[in-house]
Amino acid sequence: MATTIGKPDLLVGKSVRRREDPRLLTGTATYLDDVKMPGMHHACIVRSPHGAALIKSINTQPALDRPGVAAVFTGADIKNLGAVPCAASLPGLRVPHHHLLAQDRVYYQGHPVAVVVATDRYLAADAADALEVEYEPLPAVTDPEKAIAAGAQPVHPEWPDNVSFTFHQEGGDTEQAFRDADVIVKQRITSQRLIPTAMETRGVVADWRPGEKSLTMFSSTQIPHLLRTLVAGILGMPENLLRVITPEVGGGFGSKLNVYAEEALMGFIAMRIRKPVKWVESRRENFQATIHGRGHVDYFELAAKRDGTMLGLKVKIIQDLGAYHQLLTPAMPTLSVLMMPGLYRFKNVCADIVGAFTNCVPTDAYRGAGRPEATHGIERMVDILAAELKMDPVELRQKNFVRNDEFPFPTATGLMYDSGNYEAPLKQALDTAGYTALRAEQVAARQQGRLMGIGISTYGEICALGPSIALPAGGWESATVKIEPTGKVTVLTGASPHGQGEETTFAQMVADALGVSIDDVLVIHGDTAVVQYGIGTFGSRGTAVGGAALFYALEDLKAKMRKFACMILETESVTLTGGSCICEKTGKSVSFAEVATAAYHAKKLPPNTEPGLVATHFWEPPNFTFPFGAHLVVTEVDRETGSIDIKRYICVDDCGKVINPLIVSGQVHGGVAQGLGQALWEEAVYDDNGQLVSGELTDYALPKAHLMPWIESSHTCTPSPTNPLGVKGVGEAGTIGCSPAVVNSVVDALSPLGVRHIDMPLTPEKIWKLIAQGGQA
Amino acid sequence: MIPQEFEYDAPATLQEALALIADGERKVLAGGMSLIPLMKLRLAQPGHVVDIGRVAELNYITESGGVVRIGATATHHDIEMSAIVRGKCPLLAEAAGHIGDAQVRNTGTIGGSVAHADPAADYPAALVALEATFRLVSASSDRTVAASDFFVDAFTTALEPGEIVLEIQVPVEDPSEGYCYAKVAHPASGFAVVGVAVRVKKAGDTITMARIGVTGMSARAFRDMAVEKMLESGVEVGQATALVGEGEQANSDLYASCDYRTHLARVHAARAIRTALTRAS
Repeated sequence: MATTIGKPDLLVGKSVRRREDPRLLTGTATYLDDVKMPGMHHACIVRSPHGAALIKSINTQPALDRPGVAAVFTGADIKNLGAVPCAASLPGLRVPHHHLLAQDRVYYQGHPVAVVVATDRYLAADAADALEVEYEPLPAVTDPEKAIAAGAQPVHPEWPDNVSFTFHQEGGDTEQAFRDADVIVKQRITSQRLIPTAMETRGVVADWRPGEKSLTMFSSTQIPHLLRTLVAGILGMPENLLRVITPEVGGGFGSKLNVYAEEALMGFIAMRIRKPVKWVESRRENFQATIHGRGHVDYFELAAKRDGTMLGLKVKIIQDLGAYHQLLTPAMPTLSVLMMPGLYRFKNVCADIVGAFTNCVPTDAYRGAGRPEATHGIERMVDILAAELKMDPVELRQKNFVRNDEFPFPTATGLMYDSGNYEAPLKQALDTAGYTALRAEQVAARQQGRLMGIGISTYGEICALGPSIALPAGGWESATVKIEPTGKVTVLTGASPHGQGEETTFAQMVADALGVSIDDVLVIHGDTAVVQYGIGTFGSRGTAVGGAALFYALEDLKAKMRKFACMILETESVTLTGGSCICEKTGKSVSFAEVATAAYHAKKLPPNTEPGLVATHFWEPPNFTFPFGAHLVVTEVDRETGSIDIKRYICVDDCGKVINPLIVSGQVHGGVAQGLGQALWEEAVYDDNGQLVSGELTDYALPKAHLMPWIESSHTCTPSPTNPLGVKGVGEAGTIGCSPAVVNSVVDALSPLGVRHIDMPLTPEKIWKLIAQGGQA
Repeated sequence: MIPQEFEYDAPATLQEALALIADGERKVLAGGMSLIPLMKLRLAQPGHVVDIGRVAELNYITESGGVVRIGATATHHDIEMSAIVRGKCPLLAEAAGHIGDAQVRNTGTIGGSVAHADPAADYPAALVALEATFRLVSASSDRTVAASDFFVDAFTTALEPGEIVLEIQVPVEDPSEGYCYAKVAHPASGFAVVGVAVRVKKAGDTITMARIGVTGMSARAFRDMAVEKMLESGVEVGQATALVGEGEQANSDLYASCDYRTHLARVHAARAIRTALTRAS
């Protein structure tokens, strides 16, 4: 039968609505706390109320005497288990042994000291209250600069200087650059500690099957496979007897890119009590015991010629590590160093990092992970230089951008920027804003005594983490595509999406590649017993690395499909489209399902072809990808109260090719929200005793819907040559581009008063004081 | 929420409720928007909770004889949307609209809010400016207390053990009055860093009556009669409001120091009065 061959509508590039959303929005999805098992017990963790203290004694009896209590575990019980792992390595890195439960000393408020297990969550909490711990409080140190100053209280007595590591990286000849400079601007710039605050807190359910000697662990994590490998190591069990399942994960932002004591603890407890056990973190625990982000005190020096040509950058980073290293803690500031040149051509960078122990919960990856700190610094420094040179910050940026014909561009920090057109998003942002008119409006506003500001950031990013050389446990990603005997398509991805929408975007890719309906495609992730090994979802890598693996798996599978279809149609070549394989010469076609059935029934096989239709690809990226963009923010500051009104928020992001514009918009909006959170509201504050003062959502101000400005988001498209999809990644872009644009705008607003820098968050009182003091901080 | 174990009663009548709480040992829950978060954190650990939310006779908004009467379990949403409140004492409706978020307003009650006496709550500023009185009852007593005497200190009221707030009585505002509730909401909690509720009457350019209630600034909401008098005697708005809260011990927290808080109260008092003047006829 002859068939008319038409090109079906392709889905890649279209705003397909997220297939995940109906179940998420109707409350029919399964999150960690929805997991229930027969005989399941509940764990409640007793945590240190002190920032630093000796544990003099623990009396578990009052807890054991409470009704329903099955067991209590303390540091003595887990002493011989493995430590909470740190996967990052640096020369000379001091790594404190991070027991699952405190031994004779606690190092931060929230440090786990004991676990009470009971038949019911309420009884467990009551019993935890009854447990008696005698502490001898010690002085604490919570400020990283004070921690590394002479005479500071040691966090770990064995390392009295509180220095975990120092790290030096240099590219080019910075000393010469500074000698050649006409102008050197210097500024201390902080990126305050932030609390990631995923909407779903962490949680674990562990189930030990004694007969099989196997452990099944449900955890709200971004990295199920790495978690399996590392927790098996802590518990000393064979990796293949541990199965990790991630149910729906209600946000991670990097805070679940980790291996936590509680994950291994629940596995240990399930083995000991021979019952399933669940632990769900409270919000207060989430604030005290899940990693924080940022925590930088940075000293920048930027050298330039009088004409604005930037020559070199020196930076000293003091990283607040907290009391321990979590999975990637010490690597965070090294990522900052890599990002230091921003979008600019100068080839001389000199960076020094001091990693400082403090009596605080560890810092680690939080949306942007080292790159927002760097971008905030460099984009602030460019504005400070512009003010010094009395140049328009736009002109200064344009003068120093890497030029389009310079890609691939090797940077002073050893990266190779893959592709870029840095003028394009800036121009688009300026055009959208009506920049010239805005500056005229600003002149008029100033004449009326109004404090109006225009701030720009032109940010770069390191995404698609990353080549395996750059990541401790590998930076590739995997995909398997199976065409089932009935023609349905199942994708198994090693990425572990938790809000990024790959169940939709990957299905779009499959539908286009195979010519099937998106409704015939299922994307499975987050179960180590079902999905081949993968690295996970973080660092804007899900699509840029995981999607590329899928692309190649699809290529393999299409080739095999064609072989079977050619055999059936007795032809030389076929096209896959509209759910069929069509011979263009004869017009004859065979349905997908028929080809699949033939491949599985295998009554007849094409030459040199095995039965079945399954392809797996592990893809190693040859480079990172380097998205970029320009954010432009117009603000007005209330002179009387110091409050900031964001009049316009314009962002033009270039994340390469876009698979689903709706999802990309969501990422940009969410990213900008978290960037605004850092710029304006959020700050994890510890007092001098190590008490987390911003300990609840009533104190810690997250961005809320009613606080958000209207976001004018658009894109330019510079495809990445790094992967076959041309995508670059967009998960972190909004956050990275946002905070310097906001601060630049507010500093611009206050510049008539002589203000040249303000540290985040830009709280109204801080601004009011600056105004009241005529700009002098 | 993982509170400590507690007994729970939900009486259907006021008489039953008053009998249950007569010994003063039991904690009254009206909407739960203050008590439950405290219990969740185990900062409050009552052994016995009496939920008056199902006492039908406490849920009303009526007006008679120049007084708007609001039963203890009227929700913030009820008050914000009530035609009676909006028509007769609109300042209170405006303040109610600033409380928390929609979920809190749908569940929280005026009786529960005032009895909790959070120093950063919105209602107290409006109620002292409106010169409201509270009817307090127990199994053996029935009395009224002026709003400005009811709020004693942070989380401390004139309620005696065994008493509940039965009714809020608000004198009907003169239709020629202007009113305004100006608030700086804490970006995390939504509570008032400061909230200033004002009522004014004017004759031409002259203020003939001013009432100012301030919340959030210090341990309890207060009426600033000194500034009211200055305004009524012709002192310019900016000059008079620069003295709002003079002598009050201002609160200080991570978000706002006492100096800044005091400053905000003064700025927003001036803004509220200017807005109210535009609304007065």
